[in-house]
Amino acid sequence: MEKITTHTGIGVPLRQSNVDTDQIIPAVYLKRITRTGFEDALFAAWRKDENFILNREPFNRGSVLVAGPDFATGSSREHAVWALKDFGFRAVLSSRFADIFRGNSGKQGLVAAQVAQDDIELIWKELENHPGTEITVDLEARLVTCGSIVAPFQIDDYTRWRLLEGLDDIGLTLRHEEAITAYEATRPGFKPTTLPART
Amino acid sequence: MGKTLAEKVWESHIVRRGEVVNGQAEPDLLYIDLHLVHEVTSPQAFEGLRLAGRKLRRPDLTIATEDHNTPTINIDRPIADPTSRTQIETLRANCREFGVRLHSLGDAQQGIVHIIGPQLGLTQPGMTVVCGDSHTSTHGAFGSLAMGIGTSEVEHVMATQTLPLTPFKTMAINVEGTLKPGVTSKDIILAVIAKIGTGGGQGYVLEYRGSAIRALSMDARMTICNMSIEAGARAGMVAPDETTFEYLLGRPHAPQGADWDAAVEYWRTLRTDDDATFDAEVFLDANELEPFVTWGTNPGQGVSLSQSVPAPDDFADENEKAACKRALDYMALEAGTPMKDIRVDTVFLGSCTNSRVEDLRLAADIIRGRQKDPNIRMMVVPGSARVRLEAEAEGLDKVFKDFGAEWRFAGCSMCLGMNPDQLAPGERCASTSNRNFEGRQGKGGRTHLVSPVVAAATAVRGTLSSPSDLDPVPPAAALPADDGTTSHAA
Repeated sequence: MEKITTHTGIGVPLRQSNVDTDQIIPAVYLKRITRTGFEDALFAAWRKDENFILNREPFNRGSVLVAGPDFATGSSREHAVWALKDFGFRAVLSSRFADIFRGNSGKQGLVAAQVAQDDIELIWKELENHPGTEITVDLEARLVTCGSIVAPFQIDDYTRWRLLEGLDDIGLTLRHEEAITAYEATRPGFKPTTLPART
Repeated sequence: MGKTLAEKVWESHIVRRGEVVNGQAEPDLLYIDLHLVHEVTSPQAFEGLRLAGRKLRRPDLTIATEDHNTPTINIDRPIADPTSRTQIETLRANCREFGVRLHSLGDAQQGIVHIIGPQLGLTQPGMTVVCGDSHTSTHGAFGSLAMGIGTSEVEHVMATQTLPLTPFKTMAINVEGTLKPGVTSKDIILAVIAKIGTGGGQGYVLEYRGSAIRALSMDARMTICNMSIEAGARAGMVAPDETTFEYLLGRPHAPQGADWDAAVEYWRTLRTDDDATFDAEVFLDANELEPFVTWGTNPGQGVSLSQSVPAPDDFADENEKAACKRALDYMALEAGTPMKDIRVDTVFLGSCTNSRVEDLRLAADIIRGRQKDPNIRMMVVPGSARVRLEAEAEGLDKVFKDFGAEWRFAGCSMCLGMNPDQLAPGERCASTSNRNFEGRQGKGGRTHLVSPVVAAATAVRGTLSSPSDLDPVPPAAALPADDGTTSHAA
């Protein structure tokens, strides 16, 4: 994974709460077996409307999405993160994220920055009044800057550290392989196994 | 101080406690007892293993099935859509290569991943269960800690049989009292979500407690835990009890002999201690609950069936006001319309929320001897091939077919509109599934989430209805004699 310390790009105001995973990427796009190439799938239904924000200049070049509360509720589909990244997004700001989406983002180098709703409102106004305004997401300082607005954001320590260092989760865990093997030796014998198959 | 059920399960799975390194708190590393796999969220994970030259650590704790992207008719023919066919074939090739047990379409154990785990007795109390699907929370009904994960985490579990997880907060959902006839566990969970909101459970593991929960069957408890994710929670749990043990006894993968005794002794310790405290508590009166139904485009936008469609001004919060306005527009509903006046086109009985044999019985008991509204299309999709066989052994398939419903093969089907089972634009559906998102059941489709009995009553009347709205069945038509229409309620 690439290291991320700060990112600066055009902010996109998405004035909506409960932007669910089925809006971010409808299920029909989940038939693909690749991890990339989902840019066409992002907000596929909404993008049919030519007035949708991502169809308008300069927002179609945006890389920081600023959404209402409860962003990415619903499905566990990591495709939602892949689609946002493939379109060009590097960070999403919201006052509340679905847990699974937040986890998925951290694994894929998309910064899910939790910003207070009052600050989101200020940033929305700034972006709407001055389209094309850039937002800087500073992961080290945990601050977002948009015009004259400077707001703190929350992200858990471990995810932030992994993003800053660009570390692979599986590699980190496998450093503790001995602990895994030791734990396995203590598992009770009555715990089920799938093999040999019984039906 | 005592521990909650969730904390006990968590503690017993810690492989390595997180340390504070350079000022950064590491998450705990937890062992995973069971990994459920399906065709949609696994291909990229298997590919990741291959690219890194890693092995699947524990094929014997892994099981796969085909459910999301499979057809529910003509299952003996090749899958028509080439992309879907490739996805299924990819799963089959991956399972062969990595030695994973797979229940394919046509196999008697195939079905929705969250139906087959419990059915095989693989889901047991006190386990950690994960799957690349948010409705993994279903398995919490057994007192296991069960979580939906993304594809990167699927790959992580494949490679290490563990997950690094930051501790959750705990929330008690206390439901005391007795459900009225015609009110089911689906109504409990829809009411919970309406009460705490789609983000209300965020960061929490929910524990459903109280006399109303204890009175529920395992099938009904699974419905509640299934939709924990719709309240934003990472998991939902019910402490195991005699009902749980009775369900498990004799299942193919349940412990046997001395193992059974040892397991039950351990399972009995899996309850929240009397002196434990939760980070949050919610109370619900089961006596007051009515059949519940959603009017909007997120599962929190629900009301009792006897109420009316709300207006944007009924909400104080600006975001909720805007969400209501948008939802009414999408759903083509006018504020103030009684929910029972809403006419639907399709009734979908299925999904990991409500497709177990008890759900099918509940619905069959309502429609037996009654006529379907001629304008309604009703689709019945059993949760697994085994559920379908059990239902057929009881003659439920005949009840549905006589009524004019389609009796299909097992899968996720119209719950997520990935296979050909989809709503047409503008089509309105009363659905026993779990999500009423825009376009969820097909582009432009409109979804009202309901219980199996409301789905059945709606298919009779053509408008959103509860069983109490139905005329009595004429005595002759009710034959063969049945043990009553409400005996399975709750």
